[in-house]
Amino acid sequence: MDLSVIVEHWDRYIEGFGNTVLVSLLSLVLSFLLGSLIAVLRISPIKILRIVSAAYVEFVKNIPLLLIIFFFYYGSSELGLSLDGFTAGTIGLTIYTSAFIAEAIRAGILAVPKGQTEAARSSGLTYGQTMIHIVLPQAIKIVVPPLGNQFLNLIKNSSILGVIAGMDLMYFGDLINSDTLDTVNVYIGVALFYLVLTVPLSFGVRYLEIRMART
Amino acid sequence: MDFAGAYTSDHLIYLLKGFLVTLEMAAIAIVLSFVIGSLIGVIRYSKIPVLSQLMGVWVELIRNLPLLLIIFFVYFAVPEITGWNMSILTSAIISLTIFESAMIAEIIRGGLNSIDKGQIEASRSSGLSYVQTLWHIVFPQALRRMVPPMVSQFISLLKDTSLTVIIAAPELVHNAQIINGASQQYVIPIFLLVALMYFTVNYCIALFAQRFELKRT
Repeated sequence: MDLSVIVEHWDRYIEGFGNTVLVSLLSLVLSFLLGSLIAVLRISPIKILRIVSAAYVEFVKNIPLLLIIFFFYYGSSELGLSLDGFTAGTIGLTIYTSAFIAEAIRAGILAVPKGQTEAARSSGLTYGQTMIHIVLPQAIKIVVPPLGNQFLNLIKNSSILGVIAGMDLMYFGDLINSDTLDTVNVYIGVALFYLVLTVPLSFGVRYLEIRMART
Repeated sequence: MDFAGAYTSDHLIYLLKGFLVTLEMAAIAIVLSFVIGSLIGVIRYSKIPVLSQLMGVWVELIRNLPLLLIIFFVYFAVPEITGWNMSILTSAIISLTIFESAMIAEIIRGGLNSIDKGQIEASRSSGLSYVQTLWHIVFPQALRRMVPPMVSQFISLLKDTSLTVIIAAPELVHNAQIINGASQQYVIPIFLLVALMYFTVNYCIALFAQRFELKRT
């Protein structure tokens, strides 16, 4: 094992690493917003909204992420959009992750006692106000550890951008590999960069899970 | 979008062939990773010195890496290190097994840990050996709690087989891409159909597991 390749190609590793962090953060924020919306729709009083949102979640959860990303990357030019790898990847990651986040948030909302919703509604708040001011702030606390897990998955899943020239760590690893042909060391380098992100995060999530289990 | 041109019988048969490879790959990887994952999970639960710690580091390492990277590494780097030239399918199954067995090991360990320690003490003081206690007392109870996470892990595995498209394993997405290569007009219809194929199988697995859950409780 000779990891000097990491030092020699430091610039490209860092550029890819930065983009991996960027796409993961971007998709986390977007899928959190989309996921919250879907979670609220899933428990809304209107039946058709419940059905549509449940169908969305079930469909997205049961198909591969790669397929969603390919759909936007290769399918977009047919619709006259021609998305680049980074954009198609961000959209795909957001859609895929939003289904899992919606499920986590829904579980969080259901864990908030029903009496609170009833109290808020009978104090004159609308359904939307009750959700935003009363239920969601409490649900978020319960949802933090599963959200952390989803972020972890997002970082790992973002490696798919490498397949569609999405400028991420995996893609630059590929480039460095075709320049140096030093396959073993190049990919060990890529692995180390991923571990720098994922290991502290997974320890953090576990700490939160243990703390939540105690209270 | 050319639905009629995309859904010719030749194309459909070709997709079905790819799907069979996907299912075959998933089935083999599920069995292997269940066996290996159970072994690792039990070793970690039993706290066998040294071996348990080694397995702990291994599981942490694998769980914190992208599967795509593991697929790349096994296909390109492992032959370079070991000199063993394996087929694409073997390489794909090995990568999937390495990744999923680490996930399953954690599910098994979590399930075993959720069983009250008092039961183990009671069973041991009734004269059962450690292995007997695991087999007759801990496993049957833990297994029930492991079913839901295990099923979602199997669904993940089935979806993850699509990643082996990068090493050109002849599975469903690979065959879809080959059909798409013939005309840009086919991309959306073909991907919609492929999505439906994955969805149907995965949703059936999920429904079946749910039924099973309800019946038992």
